[in-house]
Amino acid sequence: MNDTIGAIVTVAALAVALLCLVAAIRNRPPDLSHYVGAGLVEAAALVLTVVAVIAMIGGERPTEVGTFVGYLFTFLALPPVAVALARLEPTRWGSVILTVAMLVMPVLVARLGQIWEATGA
Amino acid sequence: MRDRLNSGPGLVLVIVYGIFALSAGARATVQIATKFDEAPEAYLLSALAALIYLVATIGLARGGVSGRRLALVCCSAELLGVLAVGTLSIVDKDAFPDDSVWSVYGRGYGFVPLVLPVIGLYWLRRTARADRA
Repeated sequence: MNDTIGAIVTVAALAVALLCLVAAIRNRPPDLSHYVGAGLVEAAALVLTVVAVIAMIGGERPTEVGTFVGYLFTFLALPPVAVALARLEPTRWGSVILTVAMLVMPVLVARLGQIWEATGA
Repeated sequence: MRDRLNSGPGLVLVIVYGIFALSAGARATVQIATKFDEAPEAYLLSALAALIYLVATIGLARGGVSGRRLALVCCSAELLGVLAVGTLSIVDKDAFPDDSVWSVYGRGYGFVPLVLPVIGLYWLRRTARADRA
């Protein structure tokens, strides 16, 4: 797995999480900037996925391919689902939903990295 | 149906439960598909736990009387499960050779499995009166 792109996703997600947390603390619903931020995180996550899939097609793959792909789906689905739920809840709790989702993204990057490293090769 | 249960903090609970159901479910599915023979009990238990998280997510998201009942049953089962399996896995290490979601009170998952049902039950209780009125 590409560590540089992983780091970009992590930093971007943490930055958006911080913005959303500030909104939640100020009792504000998420605004356009938060949704754009989540979109950028999703874009970075898509790049990471494409690079990982290309590497897997090239023969470089983790031992637990199934687990890796499973986490990859969770990873890709999370920002859009969080945005959809946050739009259902245009209160401070919408900001909390985005904060939680953005904090989980780095965890998923770390898990994906762990599974990828366990190649046994 | 939107009511107190699935509004505000309740919707935060829905996404946390959803993430957890998906992660635990994906892992259990892979374990059962690829190395079922190594620790069938632990993997089946993880799959059952994942299923309960999924149903709890649906119950919390749907709201209403039936959603509330579904969530109450699932959250209670989760709490009993994590306490029972957590205790057993410490007292009798051989009973659970490979980690399940609930082993050592969910240590492998940052103790989220222990905290989540408590928060779920608290939220169900807190919103019960408002929704009945």
